[in-house]
Amino acid sequence: MIDIKELQTFEHDVIVVGAGGSGLRAAIECSVQGMSTAVVCKSLLGKAHTVMAEGGVAASLGNADARDNWKIHFRDTMRGGKFLNDWKMAEHHAKEAADRVNELEEWGAVFDRTKDGLINQRNFGGHRYPRLAHVGDRTGLEIIRTLQDYAVHRENIKVYMECTALGLLKDGERISGLIAYWRDSGEFILFKAKAVILATGGAGRAWRVTSNSWEYTGDGYALAYHAGTELINMEFTQFHPTGMVWPHSVKGILVTEGVRGDGGILLNSEKERFMFRYVPEKFAPETADTEEEGDRWLAGDKTARRPPELITRDEVARAITKEINEGRGSPHGGVFLDIATRIPAEKIKKKLPSMYHQFKVLANLDITKEPMEVGPTLHYFMGGVRVDSDTQMSRVPGLFACGECSGGMHGSNRLGGNSLSDILVFGRLAGLGAKNYVNSLSNKPNIDASQVNEIIKNATDILNRESGTNPYLIHEDLQDVMNRYVNIVRTEEELKTAILELERIKHGAAKVKAVGASQYNPGWHEALSIGNLLISAEAVTLAALMREESRGAHTRLDFPGERDEWLKYIITISKNKDGSMKIEKIERPSPPKELAEIAYAKIEELEK
Amino acid sequence: MNNNSIGFTYRADNWWLQPVAVLVGLGAFIAYSTWAGMQGAYYYYEPYLSPFYSPLVYVKTGIPGGAPLSHSLLGAWPAWWPNFFLLPSSPAVLILIFPLSFRLTCYYYRKAYYRAFTWSPPACAVGAFPQKNYKGETGLLTFQNFHRYALYTAIIFLFILYYDAAQAFFYKGGFGAGIGTLVLLINPTMLALYTLGCHSFRHLIGGQTDCFSCSKTKFGLWKKVTYLNERHQLFAWLSLFWVGFTDFYIRMVSMGIIKDYNTWGI
Amino acid sequence: MIERNFKIWRGNSKGGDFVNYKISIDEGMVVLDALKLIQADQANDLGLRWNCKAGKCGSCSMEINGKPKLACMDRVTDYKEDSQITVRPVKTFPVIKDLVTDLSWNYEQNKRIPPFKPKPRENGAKYRMQQEDVDRVQEFRKCIECYLCQNVCHILRDQEKKNKFVGPRFMIRLASLEMHPLDTEDRIPAIKNEYGSGYCNITKCCTEVCPESIKITDNGIIPIKERVVDRFYDPVLKLFRVFSGSKK
Repeated sequence: MIDIKELQTFEHDVIVVGAGGSGLRAAIECSVQGMSTAVVCKSLLGKAHTVMAEGGVAASLGNADARDNWKIHFRDTMRGGKFLNDWKMAEHHAKEAADRVNELEEWGAVFDRTKDGLINQRNFGGHRYPRLAHVGDRTGLEIIRTLQDYAVHRENIKVYMECTALGLLKDGERISGLIAYWRDSGEFILFKAKAVILATGGAGRAWRVTSNSWEYTGDGYALAYHAGTELINMEFTQFHPTGMVWPHSVKGILVTEGVRGDGGILLNSEKERFMFRYVPEKFAPETADTEEEGDRWLAGDKTARRPPELITRDEVARAITKEINEGRGSPHGGVFLDIATRIPAEKIKKKLPSMYHQFKVLANLDITKEPMEVGPTLHYFMGGVRVDSDTQMSRVPGLFACGECSGGMHGSNRLGGNSLSDILVFGRLAGLGAKNYVNSLSNKPNIDASQVNEIIKNATDILNRESGTNPYLIHEDLQDVMNRYVNIVRTEEELKTAILELERIKHGAAKVKAVGASQYNPGWHEALSIGNLLISAEAVTLAALMREESRGAHTRLDFPGERDEWLKYIITISKNKDGSMKIEKIERPSPPKELAEIAYAKIEELEK
Repeated sequence: MNNNSIGFTYRADNWWLQPVAVLVGLGAFIAYSTWAGMQGAYYYYEPYLSPFYSPLVYVKTGIPGGAPLSHSLLGAWPAWWPNFFLLPSSPAVLILIFPLSFRLTCYYYRKAYYRAFTWSPPACAVGAFPQKNYKGETGLLTFQNFHRYALYTAIIFLFILYYDAAQAFFYKGGFGAGIGTLVLLINPTMLALYTLGCHSFRHLIGGQTDCFSCSKTKFGLWKKVTYLNERHQLFAWLSLFWVGFTDFYIRMVSMGIIKDYNTWGI
Repeated sequence: MIERNFKIWRGNSKGGDFVNYKISIDEGMVVLDALKLIQADQANDLGLRWNCKAGKCGSCSMEINGKPKLACMDRVTDYKEDSQITVRPVKTFPVIKDLVTDLSWNYEQNKRIPPFKPKPRENGAKYRMQQEDVDRVQEFRKCIECYLCQNVCHILRDQEKKNKFVGPRFMIRLASLEMHPLDTEDRIPAIKNEYGSGYCNITKCCTEVCPESIKITDNGIIPIKERVVDRFYDPVLKLFRVFSGSKK
C-alpha cells in the first residue's frame, strides 16, 4: 500500500487531459472563467495530433462565397453524417464555428487571405461552398500554436508535459481527480480536482494503417469507460480516402483532402476517373456529370456542380477500396491521385507545400510531375464518450469530454474540416460546462486511497513481473487483427473472428512485461496503453457487429445500404459490474422540428 | 558525452571544406588588394582607371602607370603625407576603407569570416573556438550595426565606378570600346547586384514596414531587392573577384604585360 | 532487406556511451523506423521521442552522423551501405535518457515573450489583412518547434549563453509578432536588451538545419536586427525622432 500523502500531489479546479486543439481550447475557457486549470498531456506541448490536420477549419464565414450561412453548414454536416448526428451538437457547431475562427485570429492566428483581405476559404468534400479557413496545408499547426501561445500566457493554466493519465478517481458517483505518471521519471502523481475534461482524441493506433500518431491509444475512452460512462457510435471509424501507400514504412500517412479541393483527381490503373461511377443518389443532384462541369466549378463557376472527388469521405474511401479490390489499383496497392497535370507546379508548391515536401522526402516523388499513390487510412473516430449536447458532461458528474474523444456530433461520418471547428466549439463548451458544474458543487470531493492504490498497482505490475510478453509485439498483433477484420468493409464472419482474436490478445496483454526501469521507458508506456487500445478496439468491433446496416463510415457487406429503422438507434458501450463490456441499442430522441426542417430543406431555400 | 573542445564533432562529412575555401578565397583577395593598393603605381592606362584607386583624391605625378594630375579631385599629392610604411603615397589607401567597410560589415561576409577566421563556429554542429565570455555583436563588434552607413557610401561608389566605366569609352575624346571598357562596365554592375541586395537596403527600402499593401511601389522595390538578397552570397563573391580582376587587368595592361584589344588601336 | 549498423547513444544525465545495433532495413525506411525497430526487437526501453512521423510535429530531433535532423525525414538509404549510422541526442539540452533531452528551457523562453496584442476591431468588423502583408509572418509560423535551430546555435551550444540569448526559434517568434500587421505591442527594446539579438553573429546554422526551410537568418533575425538598429544605433533616425517628437 502506498500512503497517498507521500504521492506528489497537485490540486486544481479542473484537469484537462490532452493538449491538442480541444484540450487547449477547453483549458483556455476554464481559465477565462476563473478556474485553476491543469493541462495534462502525454507529449511535449504543441506536439499533439492537431498539428497533423492539414486542410482547414470549416466555418460559414461567407468570405469566399457570400451565400454560405450556418444553416447550410448544418445541413451539410447532417447529410455527411447520414442524419445520425446529435442534432443539438450539430447546431452548436454550425452556429458557433465562425466566432471561434474569428477569435483565433484575434489570438494571433494568420490564415490565408482573400483578395479583400478577409480569411480565405477553400473547398472540401461534402461542403456546399468553399468553407475551410486555412493556412496552406498546415492549418492544424497554426491552430495549435495559436492556442498554445495564448494558453502559456494565462496565469491560471499550468501545463504538465509528458505526463500520462492512468485512471480517474471518484468520490461516490462524482469525479474527484486522477492519477498520472511523469514519463521521464516514472513517478506517480495525484491530481485532486472538481472536474476532469477528457480531450484525448481517438484510438487510431489500434490499426496498422492509420494517419494517427502514437498518442492515439484511446486513453480517454478507457478512462471514461472505467469511470462508468457510455461510449456511443463506436462503430463509425472514418477511413480517410487518401493516405500514402508507399514506401511501406510510411503507409497510412495522410494526404490532405485539400489536394482534391484544389483540383486533384483520382485515377485507376486504366487512367479512368472512376469517381464518376460512384456518386450515390443523394449527392447526384449536387455533383457534376462531366469532367468539363467539374473543371468549371473549380474555376469558380457558380452555376456548375462539384466534381465527384469531393463527395464525402466515406463514399470516396469505399470507391477506392472497390477499385483496388477489383484489380484496377496502382502498383503499390492504391489508386492514383493526380494534381501534377491539373494545376501549375508553382501553385502546387504554394498551396500544398507540406504535401510536396512529404512526398519528395519520404517517397522520392515530385507531386508537381507525377501522380501520387494513395489508399484509405484509418483517420478518425466519430464515436466517443456520450455527452450532454449543451454542457459536454458525461453521465458521470464532473467528467466532461470534447473533440474526437466525445461522440455524437459527426454522426456516422465526419466532413473534412469539421474536426478543427469541432475542437474549438466544443472545447469552449466543455470549459463553460465545467464552470457551471464546479459552481454547483457544495463541497470538495474526497480522494479514495484504495482507488489510487489499485491504479498504481496495475501500472507497476507490468514492470515488476519476472517475465511476460513483449508489449510491442502485442500492439502489432492487435493492429494486424483490426486491419484484417475490422476494416472499411465489414462482415459478420470477420467481426466475429475479430472478437475471438481480441480475446486471445487480451490474455496475452494480461501478462505484458516491460523490461528496464520506470525512468523514460517507452516499453512501459507502450504496455500501459495496450489496455486502452483493447477497450477501444473491442467497443468498435462489438458495435460494428450489432449495427446491421451500412451507414456513413460503417459498411457491412452482408447488410448493404442504409436501413431506415436503424436511423432510430444509436449503440452505446459501457462497463458491466463484472467488468465485461455491455452493448446496448438505444432509441434516439426525435429531432427538434426547426432543425429537421433545415436539414431536409432544399438548398435553394437556405441560400436566401 | 558533451565534448566541448574546438572542432569536435560527430559529423562524418567534409565540413571543413567550406571554411577552408572561404579562408583561401578571402585571404587571397586581402593579400592581393593590400599589395595592389599600397603599390601606388600601374593603376592607370588611359582611359582605364583601376577601381581600387577610384576616386583619385590626390595624385602623385611621375609614377609609372599613374594617372595624370587632371584626374585628381584635389590636385597633387600633399607634401605633409608621412609616407610611412603602412601609409604609402598611394591614392588607394585614401579610399579603400569605404568599400572595405561595406564588405566588412556585410551580413554575408560576417557569416563567412566568423566561420572561417574566428571559428565561431567553424561549421554547424562543430565545436566553436572557446570564448570565456562570448559577446557576439554586443561588445567590440557593436560597430556591425553601422552597416547601413557603409551601404550609403557603397551606393556613392557605384556612381563613381559607373562614371569611370563611362569615361573609359572616350579615349582622347574619341568614342570606342575595348576589353578594358567591358571589364570596367561589368565591375560596377557586379557591385550593384551585390550592393542592392544588401540586407540593410532591403530593410530600408521597405522591410521596416508591416504594411506592404499600403504602398505598391515600396512592395515592388522590396521584392526586387529580396530577389537580389537571396543571391547575396553569389554576388558578394562575383563582385569581389571581378573588382580584383579589373585591377589586375588594368595593372597588366599598364605594365605592358598584356595588350588591351580595343577600337582605338592603342 | 539490407543489414545496417547503428551506433546509438544510451545513457542518462549521469553518463552513458554508444551501443551498437544491427538490423534489417526495408526500402524507404527512415532513421526513425530503424530506431523503432531496434526498440521493438532489441531494446524495449530505448528512450525516444516521436509523434507524427511525418515531419509535422518536430518531436524526433536528434543528431544523426553529427548532423541535427528530424529522424522521421532522414532516409536510411541516403547513407552509404557499408557505413555505420551514429545517432545521439541533441547536444545543447540536458539528457534525460538515451535520445530524449530536457527541452523545458525553450518553453520558459516562450513565456517571456509578450503575447500578440491586436488592434481593436473597427465596430466589430472582420479584420482585414492582405496576403502580401502576412506572407512573411506565415513563413515564420511554419515553425514546428523541433528546436534543431536552438540545438545548433553555437551561442547556446558552445558559448553557454542561454541566459543572454533566446535562440533562433524565439527570434523568429519575435519576428512573427513584430511583423504582424495587427500587432500593437513594441518588443524592440526587449529584443535588444532581454532577448539578446546582438549575440547572434548570423553564422546561419539555424537556417541550415531548419526542416521547414524557414530562412531564419535572412528573413527573421536580420530584419529584426535592422529594426533594433533603427531604434538604437542610427544617429540620423534618432535625430529625426527628436525633431518629429515620435517615441519609436
